[in-house]
Amino acid sequence: MKRILYLFIVATLLVSLPVLIQAQCKGFAKNICKLELSPDYTHDGNYHAAILTEGEEAELYKTFYSGQDYRIAICGSDNMSDVEFRVLDAKKTVLYTNRDNDFNRIWDFKLESSQQLKIFVRVPVNPDTSAEPQQGCVAIMFGFKAK
Amino acid sequence: MKNNTLKAGIMNIRFLTSKKFRGLILLFGVAFIVGCGSGGDKEKVPEVSIDMDEINQELFDNISDAKQIFYSLPSPLETAMLVRSAGAEYDEELLNPVDNAGKYTGQRKLALNLGIYTCDLSFASLYDQTQASISYMNAAKRMADGLGILDAIDDRTIERLEENVNNREVLLDIVSETFMNSSSFLEENDRPAIAAIVLVGGWMEGLYIATELVNKGTFEGNKLVERITDQKLSINIVIKLLEENQDNSDVAGILTEVNELKAIFDKITVETSEIEASYDEETNVTTLKSQTSSSMSPEIFAELSEKVKSLRNTYIL
Repeated sequence: MKRILYLFIVATLLVSLPVLIQAQCKGFAKNICKLELSPDYTHDGNYHAAILTEGEEAELYKTFYSGQDYRIAICGSDNMSDVEFRVLDAKKTVLYTNRDNDFNRIWDFKLESSQQLKIFVRVPVNPDTSAEPQQGCVAIMFGFKAK
Repeated sequence: MKNNTLKAGIMNIRFLTSKKFRGLILLFGVAFIVGCGSGGDKEKVPEVSIDMDEINQELFDNISDAKQIFYSLPSPLETAMLVRSAGAEYDEELLNPVDNAGKYTGQRKLALNLGIYTCDLSFASLYDQTQASISYMNAAKRMADGLGILDAIDDRTIERLEENVNNREVLLDIVSETFMNSSSFLEENDRPAIAAIVLVGGWMEGLYIATELVNKGTFEGNKLVERITDQKLSINIVIKLLEENQDNSDVAGILTEVNELKAIFDKITVETSEIEASYDEETNVTTLKSQTSSSMSPEIFAELSEKVKSLRNTYIL
């Protein structure tokens, strides 16, 4: 009987844990990162979030349209180093990096012509090498000004 | 009674120090690692060579070993906003009638029409169509319920919508939140293929509405034509998104159809200059300066429009 209970607990943990961790990430995106867009920008509704460990990277590809006012908000959990992000064009030219702006979480921009851009995101490794690499949620959110 | 409690306590302590418990902790740790990776690990996308303009091809070259790669399509709300900002008028006749909601069964149709109805809801909300907004929210809810998406759109959402029908800002926030709830639920529950189909449904609906609005007006000088041409940039993202999930048979079918559409987009040439980033300290806004020229002939537009109409009509059948 105990063995069955034990297996049941293990199976439940295996099944539910990924969902629970992802749910935490959704809460982080919705309750913390989304606030970076308000009040001037409307969240587009897309959900981009993942669990990353310090030293890991993520990339996002998106078309941005001419004449629109955009805000990118990229946030990481407090337990991790500040998230670094770069915006690159098709020629891989860096158009913006938040490294030059004190790892700011947001960037406001507009375009004269529509472009497909790449957002490169990295959670830097903690310079304190004795520290365990931290893991947490990273959310990428886009807002636009409704016209 | 006390004795029983004491025994239970001793058993708990024994369990906590037992090999079984340590095994449980180990498995918990493994599950944690699995969990952390489940939402993110994607196989490295192979480098592809598609015969299209350099502008949106080079970006996909040398895709790195990043833990997570996102292909972000314009959301239904953004699509609706792009059409509106091009000066288009609201035309309810172009939307998928809410009466159709009852006939959709199966994951493919439900997912496509969740995207389609969310796009229609976005249009209605952006154009301050209060009754239509409520009707389309209900239609979207029906699709989400059919897909087993829990709590994305609940009765409270409908109530909030009804209470704020005259407040566009709140309305858009509700639309945005319900779409995010649906997408995140699907991602959390390891159903990225369905999430991709929802996005494609919304994107196709926006493209359909835009092309039909051009057909009802004039081609020359129509800002909507420019918006439609811009979708040449997005279609590669649509394809990448679908390719990531093509082991799902519904996705594989849609991918074939979208590739047919891409063949028409390939006939449009787009040229762009270098981008120069110019930062305005006063507004704190960066302008990405560049010039783009494109050639969309009325003939290519007619072909594109016909294809979009045919695909969209099969989606809402």
